[in-house]
Formats: sequence, C-alpha cells, structure tokens
Amino acid sequence: MKRLLTLWLPLAIFLAFALFPFAWMTISAFKPDAELYNLRANRLWIAHPTLDQFRALFAKTDVLRWLVNSFVVSFLTSVIAMTFGIMAGYAIGRLRFPGAQAFGTATFITYLVPTTLIFIPLARVVQSLGLSNSVWALVVTYPTFLIPFCTWMLIAYFKSIPRDMEECAMIDGCTRIGAMVRIVLPMAIPGVIFSAMFSFTLSWNEFVYALTFISSTTYKTMSVAVPTELIRGDAYFWGELMAASLLGSVPVAILYSFFMEYFVSGLTAGALKG
Amino acid sequence: MTSVARAAAPAVVPRTRRWIAPDTITAYALISPAAFLMLVLLAYPFVLAVYISTTDRVLGEPGRFVGLANFARLAGDPLFRQTVWNSFVYTAATVALKMVLGVLLALVLNQPMPARNVVRAAVLLPWIVPTSLSVLTWLWMFDSLFSVVNYLLLGAGIIAKKIPWLGDPFWAMVSVVIVNTWRGLPFFGISFLAGLMTIPKELYEAAETDGAGMLRQFRHITLPFLQPIIAVVVLFSTIWTFADFQIVYVLTHGGPINATQIFATMAYDVALVAGRIGEGSAIALFLFPLLAIVVVVMLRSLRKEAM
Repeated sequence: MKRLLTLWLPLAIFLAFALFPFAWMTISAFKPDAELYNLRANRLWIAHPTLDQFRALFAKTDVLRWLVNSFVVSFLTSVIAMTFGIMAGYAIGRLRFPGAQAFGTATFITYLVPTTLIFIPLARVVQSLGLSNSVWALVVTYPTFLIPFCTWMLIAYFKSIPRDMEECAMIDGCTRIGAMVRIVLPMAIPGVIFSAMFSFTLSWNEFVYALTFISSTTYKTMSVAVPTELIRGDAYFWGELMAASLLGSVPVAILYSFFMEYFVSGLTAGALKG
Repeated sequence: MTSVARAAAPAVVPRTRRWIAPDTITAYALISPAAFLMLVLLAYPFVLAVYISTTDRVLGEPGRFVGLANFARLAGDPLFRQTVWNSFVYTAATVALKMVLGVLLALVLNQPMPARNVVRAAVLLPWIVPTSLSVLTWLWMFDSLFSVVNYLLLGAGIIAKKIPWLGDPFWAMVSVVIVNTWRGLPFFGISFLAGLMTIPKELYEAAETDGAGMLRQFRHITLPFLQPIIAVVVLFSTIWTFADFQIVYVLTHGGPINATQIFATMAYDVALVAGRIGEGSAIALFLFPLLAIVVVVMLRSLRKEAM
C-alpha cells in the first residue's frame, strides 16, 4: 500500500507525462486523414491503421534527402569533435604543462556559451568562408559546441585512469602518443562512447544554426526541414508532420536503446563532476 | 589563448627545446586544432557580435558605427521590455518546476523496481529526441480545434470548457513552460538520481533507528547531499533556458501578440526576418550578462571543490 503511493502512482504519472506525446505522434502518423480530423471518433485509437501518411510524405517531399543530410552532418561532426576532443582532453587531463588549468577553464566556459548568443555574426563568418547554404556550413560550425562538450567529458575520464600503467608502457619504449592510443584510450572507452553518441544526438537535434545558415530545401537537416518545409502558410498536414517527426525521432531512440547503459553511467559519472 | 602562439616558438628554435618539458610541446600540439577552431568560430564571432551591435547594419548593407544607439533604442522599446520580462518568467517558471519535479522523479526512480533500465530509458526519451520534432507534436496536441489535451481533460471532467492553449497570451506562456519542463525534466531527474545514488545507505538506517520519519530523513540527509548537484544543474539549465530558441520558435513563434517572445526568438526575428542585423545582434548580446554570472558562480564553486 505504501509502495503504491510512493512508487507506482507517481511513476505512472511521470511516465504518462514523458511518453504521451510520443504515443500521440505515433497514433497520428498511422491514422488516415478522415479519422485524424474526426472529433466524434475515439481519438486515442486507430480504427483503420494506414501507411498513407508515410507514402504521401515520401512522394511529395525530400524527406529521404533530409534524413541523409542529418546522418552525414551528425556523423562527420561527431568524428571531428571526438578526434579534437580526445586530443585536447588527453592533453588537459593527463599532461603537466603550464596553462593546463587555464585551458580546462576555457573549455568549461565555451561549453556554456549558448548558440543563440553568436548565431547572427557566425552566419557572416560562414558566408565569408563561402559555405552558406550547404551542409558544410553545419559540418564546420557544429564542432564549436561539440568539442567543448567532448573535451570536458573526456578530461574527467582521462583523469580517472591511473598513471602507472601509462608510465610503465613509456618505460618499455612506448612514445607518449603511443601510450595514449594503446593504453589510455582503451581504458576510457565508456567515456568515448558516451561522448560520441551524445555528440551525434546534439548534431542531430541542432536547430538554430541549421535554420540560419541553410535556405535550400535540399540541404536542410531533418530537425529544421520538418517544421519549415512541411508547414506551408496556414496548411498543417498533421498526419504527414507526425509521420516525419517519427522518422526523425526513431534513429536517436534506436541509438539510445543500444547504448543506454553507457549513457546513464556517463551522465552520472562525468557530466556532473564539474 | 596567447599561450598557443608561445608554444609554437620552441619548435622553431631547437636550442630552447631543452628548457621546455617535452610534455608541454605535446600538449600544445594536441590542443592547437581545437583551440584554432574555437578561436575562429566562437571567439571571433563573439567579438564580431559586439562590433555589429554598435552599427546600424541592415541586410545587404555594411552599416555605420552608431555607438550604443541600438541599446538605447531597445531600452525604450516596449516590445523589447516585454521580451525581457517574458524571458525571466519563462526561465524562472521552468527552472523551478524542473527542480521540484526533478527531485521527485529522482526519488521515485531510486527505489527498487522491475525493468528499472527500461523505465529510466523511457523517462529520458523527451530529452534525447529532436526538440523541434517533439515540439511539433505538442503544437498538434495544443491545436485550437483538435487539441487532444483538451479532449482528455474534458473527458476526465477536469475542465468544463476548452482551454485556448496557444491562442491566449496567458495560456501560451503556460504552454511553452509545460513543454520546456517536459523536455528538460529528464536531465534534472537523472542527474539528481546520480546524486541520490552516492548517499550512503547507513545514514538512512541510522536515522530510522533514531525514529526519524520520511520527511525528516529527506530534509536532513537527502537534501544536504543533493544540494551541490542541484546547484550545478540549476545553473546549467538557467543559462540554456534563458537562451532557448526552438521551443518558442516552433510552438508559438513568440505570439500571440508577443506574449511568449524571448531574447533569442526576438533576435532572430529582428536580425534575419526584418533584416536589422545591428539591432538583432544587440538583442542577442543581452544573453551575455547572465552567461557571465553563471560562469563566475560555477568557477567559484569549482575552485572551492578543488581546494
């Protein structure tokens, strides 16, 4: 009885709050229009499930292209951010050099800078680099918020690895970089996976830069294309919109279902040490 | 950042290499790609933002230096004043809600339960799914004619007539606050859960034998332990909520009649829709003072922890 009040009831409320929008997204995506806009029907039930909304979406829009753009941008930016982040994180977290602490602080400050603070001048920088209105604008700019995040996370992981092992390897003739790649990096794998998947998600979800730097339909990513290309004037095709939202949400949900353990442990271990 | 330049020198003059530990050279070499990118695409745009905000630049024209005229004009602009007020209301309401609900969520999740990992993953979902897409779903849920939220509330007898979620200034603010809380709550809950998991069980056992009830245990054990994590999470969330863009942009676009206009959405509208880039930059720069405050508070607490 006590568990009902302290656990089950509040848990049910929290889960309903968290999950109802996804249920509604899914229900709406598989409903025919006639049912979607029928106020007399049971709205939480699909009487005639259909793939019409998806069919219309693929026939009428560039949704496949947007998904590919999202994948390409998220993958490339994550690789760039992880490479630079591992290098910088290793240096700041494990090497003794003048200015190490200052760089740590700088990493932390840049991590906090919101993208909305600099998106207007950054549009001009992107333009003068000749990258406006292409996915390269995103590939170049996304690392600016991914690198501080990856570096900050990895500093914590690298610091937690005992120094002895690395020093042994170096005495045995390994170079500094060799020891980093062969000894330290494998031990920091949970942190690396966590940072990589979180970078991928941050890129996949990014909105302000993609909205500002890209105007052509063909170069848009999923998160921006769906709300800007599928809503024309006052016409909302909710079935297609929800089908597209589902398509844009499922890849990250799948990613998380595979790496959930790393994610919860990463979030609880590294993120909050700061 | 000048230290990057200093690091380059020893490589050119090998004679001095002896004086500098090899680690130092390796370190600067490893940091320089990241530092270079951050200088060009973060530090430089920031300086540029300050510069542009002192010009009357409009789209397609270079603009002249006007000093602080943009800021002076904004101070007298009723729309901007409302934006300032909205931003504070939005931030205060959502951060407070997320904090209280986040502690509750963490307390619930910390209990033994079946399929614990699945439950945690489910709770986290709103935070990982693309915000613009989930907010689109909320837009549909708040639709003036087909709102499923009204359908459920009416059906359950909680309300007597439809709530005009996005059509009314008050309810529009309530809507963006609900959606922001929905999206941010998982981060609070899971972070606080991490904090709860570090509290030694013996403390609760001792309190139990002393006859302390649940509420007293919470006040004297749980809260003091959670306090540092709550502080960090609240500071993070404050700056991110204050600078939020996409929830408001997708859900209300600042409306109705600017009732939910916040700094970032107004900066976007002024700079990129209306084309007044100078003025838009000035609006975006108002995010800076809060950022500076958060940074200073955070660094202080970091230092304290280190000592």
